[in-house]
Amino acid sequence: MGQHDNRTFGSAGSAGRAGDADTEADAGAPDAEPGTVEEDGELAALALKILVAGGFGVGKTTLVGAVSEIRPLRTEEQLSEAGELVDDTDGVDHKTTTTVAMDFGRITIRSGLSLYLFGTPGQDRFWFLWDELSTGALGAVVLADTRRLEDCFPAVDYFEHRRIPFVVAVNCFTEARRYGAHDVSRALDLEQGTPVVLCDARDRDSGKEVLIRLVEYAGRVHTARLLDSVGPQAGSG
Amino acid sequence: MNGQWYDAEAGPLVRPYAMTGGRTKPGPHGVRFDLIALVAVDPQGGADEEAESLLGPEHRALLGLCRSETQSVAELAADADLPVGVVRVLLGDLLEGGHVKVSRPVPPAQLPDERILREVIEGLRAL
Ligand SMILES: Nc1nc2c(ncn2[C@@H]2O[C@H](COP(=O)(O)OP(=O)(O)OP(=O)(O)O)[C@@H](O)[C@H]2O)c(=O)[nH]1
Ligand SMILES: [Mg+2]
Repeated sequence: MGQHDNRTFGSAGSAGRAGDADTEADAGAPDAEPGTVEEDGELAALALKILVAGGFGVGKTTLVGAVSEIRPLRTEEQLSEAGELVDDTDGVDHKTTTTVAMDFGRITIRSGLSLYLFGTPGQDRFWFLWDELSTGALGAVVLADTRRLEDCFPAVDYFEHRRIPFVVAVNCFTEARRYGAHDVSRALDLEQGTPVVLCDARDRDSGKEVLIRLVEYAGRVHTARLLDSVGPQAGSG
Repeated sequence: MNGQWYDAEAGPLVRPYAMTGGRTKPGPHGVRFDLIALVAVDPQGGADEEAESLLGPEHRALLGLCRSETQSVAELAADADLPVGVVRVLLGDLLEGGHVKVSRPVPPAQLPDERILREVIEGLRAL
């Protein structure tokens, strides 16, 4: 199968939406997979995925840890895969895989309904992992530090291009000058409607509030898209 | 000098994919399980105790984890302390052998309805 063959490095915009849909379909189990069940009892359980992205040291790990039971997750990526995207495998010679660590947390809403949080690895060379992480994601939190706002540009670009609903959460480090949500929204040139939330990544309630805003917003975005998609047909019919 | 010719940079000395027999891609179907695909033991899968006794320790460890609770691929990897890529290969074997069943991830076009999202929001508030 050709899953993930249209990975693009930092240029999500060049991958057409149709191509994205193919990749997303491929990431799941194929239809005739033996033993794959969809709707029976236990496996009707629902898992929702939320990504936490942002620049280096902005508080991603802190946020995931504040709201969920956090565990480190190791992926062992083949350098051949990564090497297709970045040409820095020279000098690593015989090492065939490289470890990428991610933050991973689970919030159990009730039996059969869980939220899974994934802190995305920050370095650019692991961007190909984002494509997998963002497949089927409910939405994303982009953490920002007003002292280094530009650090979150790549994440904002990425989610905007992929049309993944996201909120910007400004982590209010004590030393940082306070800006209003509106200033941040303007500075980041966010699409209209994208929520900006001020937060303290260390604080559980504050982290919860960020997630709530995201889920509310993601719900609105999806509903709007649904209405958009049925709109023209209803008009012509 | 302590005579070690390797250092932390060399990475783990047991190659991560050694326990999969060097395979880095799961099964003949080539399925790449989503990180939040849910895995449960499959009582109707046709695998009996004898088949289970032939499994390696890592396979059995994963099966044991699934037995205690339906789990996501990511959780299995974290709990078994194995890299995700390795867990994917091992799960492919378990699926082939009829030991487990794996859920499909939610397709983005079918994101949960309003009722579920409201439930999530209520749940987060109550946390
Ligand atoms: N004062 C203050 N410190 C914080 C806050 N959030 C995080 N920190 C600290 O900032 C440092 C970096 O936080 P992390 O959560 O590790 O950031 P990260 O985004 O996971 O970093 P990388 O994974 O290295 O990119 C840690 O020492 C945190 O304790 C905050 O809201 N206020
Ligand atoms: Mg971190």
